[in-house]
Amino acid sequence: MRYYDKLIFELSHPGRTGYSLPASRQYPFFAEKCSSGAAADSAGFATVLPNNLLRGTALDLPEVSEVDVARHYTNLSQMNFGVDTGFYPLGSCTMKYNPKINEEIANHPLFTGLHPLQPAETVKGAQEVIDGLDKALAAITGMKHFTFLPCAGAHGELTGLMLMREYHMARGDAARTKVIVPDSAHGTNPASAAVCGLEIVEVKSGADGLVDVESLKPLLGPDIAGIMMTNPNTLGLFERQIGEIAKLVHECGGLLYYDGANMNPLLGKVRPGDMGFDIMHLNLHKTFSTPHGGGGPGSGPVGVGERVLPYLDVPRTSGFHGNFGVMLRAYAYILMLGKQNVKMAGPLAVLGANYIKESLKDCYKLPIPTVCKHEFVFDGLIDDGAREGKAGATTLDVAKRLLDYGFHAPTIYFPLLFHQAIMIEPTETESLETLDEFIAVMRKIAAEAAEDPDILHGAPHNTPIGRPDETAAARNPILKA
Amino acid sequence: MSKIIDELLYSESHEWVKVDGNIAIIGVSDFAQEEMGDITYVDVPAEGDSVTKGEDFGALESVKASSELYSPVSGEVVAVNEELEDKPELINEDPYGAWIIKVEMSDKAELEGLLSAAAYGEIAK
Amino acid sequence: MSGFSYFPHTEDDIRVMLERAGVRNLDGLYSDVPADFIYQGEYDLPDAMSEQQVRDFFEKLGEKNTKLKVFVGQGAYDHYVPAVIPYITSRSEFLTAYTPYQCEISQGTLRYIFEWQSMICRLTGLDVSNASMYDGPSAAAEALRMAVNSTRKRNKVIVSTKLMQNVLDVVKTYLKYPDIEVVFAWDVLEELGPDVAGVLVPSICRHGVIQDLTGYADAVHAAGALLIEYCDPSALAVLKTPAEWGADIAVGDAQTLGMPICYGGPYAGFIACKQDYMRKIPGRIVGQSVDASGKRCFVLTLQAREQHIRREKATSNICSNESLMALWATVYLSLMGPEGLRKVNELSCAGAHYLYDELLKTGRFEEAFPGRPFLKEFCLKPKVDVAVLQQKLLDAGFFAALELDGYVTFCVTEKRTKEEIDALVAVVKEIAL
Repeated sequence: MRYYDKLIFELSHPGRTGYSLPASRQYPFFAEKCSSGAAADSAGFATVLPNNLLRGTALDLPEVSEVDVARHYTNLSQMNFGVDTGFYPLGSCTMKYNPKINEEIANHPLFTGLHPLQPAETVKGAQEVIDGLDKALAAITGMKHFTFLPCAGAHGELTGLMLMREYHMARGDAARTKVIVPDSAHGTNPASAAVCGLEIVEVKSGADGLVDVESLKPLLGPDIAGIMMTNPNTLGLFERQIGEIAKLVHECGGLLYYDGANMNPLLGKVRPGDMGFDIMHLNLHKTFSTPHGGGGPGSGPVGVGERVLPYLDVPRTSGFHGNFGVMLRAYAYILMLGKQNVKMAGPLAVLGANYIKESLKDCYKLPIPTVCKHEFVFDGLIDDGAREGKAGATTLDVAKRLLDYGFHAPTIYFPLLFHQAIMIEPTETESLETLDEFIAVMRKIAAEAAEDPDILHGAPHNTPIGRPDETAAARNPILKA
Repeated sequence: MSKIIDELLYSESHEWVKVDGNIAIIGVSDFAQEEMGDITYVDVPAEGDSVTKGEDFGALESVKASSELYSPVSGEVVAVNEELEDKPELINEDPYGAWIIKVEMSDKAELEGLLSAAAYGEIAK
Repeated sequence: MSGFSYFPHTEDDIRVMLERAGVRNLDGLYSDVPADFIYQGEYDLPDAMSEQQVRDFFEKLGEKNTKLKVFVGQGAYDHYVPAVIPYITSRSEFLTAYTPYQCEISQGTLRYIFEWQSMICRLTGLDVSNASMYDGPSAAAEALRMAVNSTRKRNKVIVSTKLMQNVLDVVKTYLKYPDIEVVFAWDVLEELGPDVAGVLVPSICRHGVIQDLTGYADAVHAAGALLIEYCDPSALAVLKTPAEWGADIAVGDAQTLGMPICYGGPYAGFIACKQDYMRKIPGRIVGQSVDASGKRCFVLTLQAREQHIRREKATSNICSNESLMALWATVYLSLMGPEGLRKVNELSCAGAHYLYDELLKTGRFEEAFPGRPFLKEFCLKPKVDVAVLQQKLLDAGFFAALELDGYVTFCVTEKRTKEEIDALVAVVKEIAL
């Protein structure tokens, strides 16, 4: 990767244009209505629109040629790392390969040219996509139906919690305003609950990393709207008491919400509906192979079981039908998987994670040694190289050093249960050779740390920029050019 | 070993209090600023707001963390250290000089529940 | 073993990996899952398809849709898409990256988000923009929450019923569950009071009329509330900006910046605000800094507002944004520049006024809002049967005359030609009065 230091504004040259538009004079409108009779210009607007409605300040956008634009953004792209660049073991993010047929389908003009308010008889194909995807996701998860309005996982969580509230409100059970969240939960869970007007009650994990049923029992009561869980949890461990938890929560009148962020290991193997979950969201951009796009667009459809089904269409959390383009991609992926390949997806993802875990546990601290699901957590290096007068290598240092060797870093410092957490998720689309290369590099980094942690402290050395000054960025924010 | 000043009172949530008549001057301890690392922003209440003992009145922010500030006393905010708006690093540099708010106390008896320097020293390590 | 192109494992690979993992077979990896929960049935899915079968499958579905000449807006505008954009946004370095957590290898994403933020600020005239929102309607809802968080002890917001229906629906949904009171009103200033935190108004109403917001900011500020303007960013090339009207927050949908209508998404919302509210804005923000050697670089910043740090006290639960669509708009604005974007508006405006005049001439319509200024979207009062009108237009390949509040609405973008407009008008002329 090469450092490239331009912003598009710095390429601007007055009078240069990158657009191609038809001539202005094809309508008689401006010619007739403008006093000048000339082609449309700002004077034209001033004649047809009241002056006090017009922009008074100049619009300072770049003036660049099409070549400038193509080169600038190509150069920017070359400072980026994607799944197509290399292995991306980012825990909790399921960075699996994004198949190219998905892109071809999503860019088909017979779909991209549809207006969202077109009459039903003109969008039968689009409706079949939505219905077909709904049916497939229901089959995979054991839920009844999905709404596709949410545009992301967090958006799905919010929508799902709204459904939880609708369910209780419709039963006149308005006092249920608390939602239980495990201490290992994704930060979005409590944030979504708060935005939905719910109060958070945290339930502790036991030493085995699982929700402690005895700690849960006293929290249950007539004020509990439900519990939000991800299973496997953020440590990559299957919550094996889920049957008992579901029974207890339902008995107290609450609902179970499934955070689908960690659905990948269950793909083709276990269905959240069968575990007793009433509401769930999926991240199509994780489990169903649609690209993350540098942070969206994603899609976070919400599925419900029988109890919540009557309320599915109540929350309107986005403007039209959700991110249809993303739905097309996910549906294409599911059709490629089919009933045959789907059964292998979860198991192969789990296999990769356990293979890495067992290959590195002599170099990195493994706090919970049991079989993991799609991901697992190390708690830093076993030998961080710390000695008299020299600080040891941290998880951050390991992550940065990985960049030097051409890998994306795992998720770090999450979950919060461990101070030096390194969370690794390989996915089912990585070959044994890729995993072996990663393992070799992780071992090499551990050896470097033991020998001289300063090699890691200074990393990365081979990237377009070194470590940034984030404190300065936050103290004196420069947020625009 | 973080610094603790003898003449001040402390809360278990690491705020210090200097009593000046009916006014409580409030900041955070050296231990607290060390735990936070480089402070990038101090979120403070407005003058005239009321604060309640044990409830949050603002927050310290660093790049990767946010920590609530809990009021050691109840009363009305009579002054806010505006210098911190542009220079949050003052708390890192001189935690006992960089006060955050001054509160006119509504119940001076609340001070009795706070910790002495010696007692706080047992917590802050 | 699988013969499936997305799973690279051979039988041998699986054996080697199972051995290392210390389990006998793949089922052994699920030994911690109670047997009741292992799905034993056949998944109710189609048989696996080959790539060509998938292609044919969607081709067939696509053919069940009808491609129409779009003369309707209402939140989705059929503007021209420059060829450069999909070419750039499909580069896998952009497309297949995650949120830019590791900034050393994400400078591409971080830079274009910084450019997007800069362009949104320049369009709106405001000081701070975030990295984008899900869509316009949800951005409006978040802005109202932001107003409540930015004012003290105020828990009521006023929302103009002149906004498009989907904005109203989403706002109503978002504010129903937390304890925020929402008043929907045609005349928002009438409802102002000491408990109001924010007022949301459109810059162009649902009927297409450009709003004169003279006096709004003064009245709203005098009541101690924030003024939020919902606007079309494309139109801001020519219309008075939110900053010029005195708004505190601007929101809207960036779909008009060259994004395909794509049956409603993906689009991108935007939100921008005055400096005073920088720390209350939801979502990701990119800031400029330097690296260890002094090189200019870009990072995610002001993260202490966000859900992964603040958890239940975060300004919003939003994590990601619509990053790739923000890139889409950024490339679009780079190509258009100030001149191109103005020209887009001129062509749309001229076409819309031409259609408006021609439709009136047919005698099949009356003016709905005589003398009121509009840009590319307008309403007319039909004098013919609406169902017949819509069907005739549909039969001729036009999506137009959507019914709205007893009127019919039309929209013309620069993509529509004079020939298309003339053809549409010819269809209307054939309808019996």
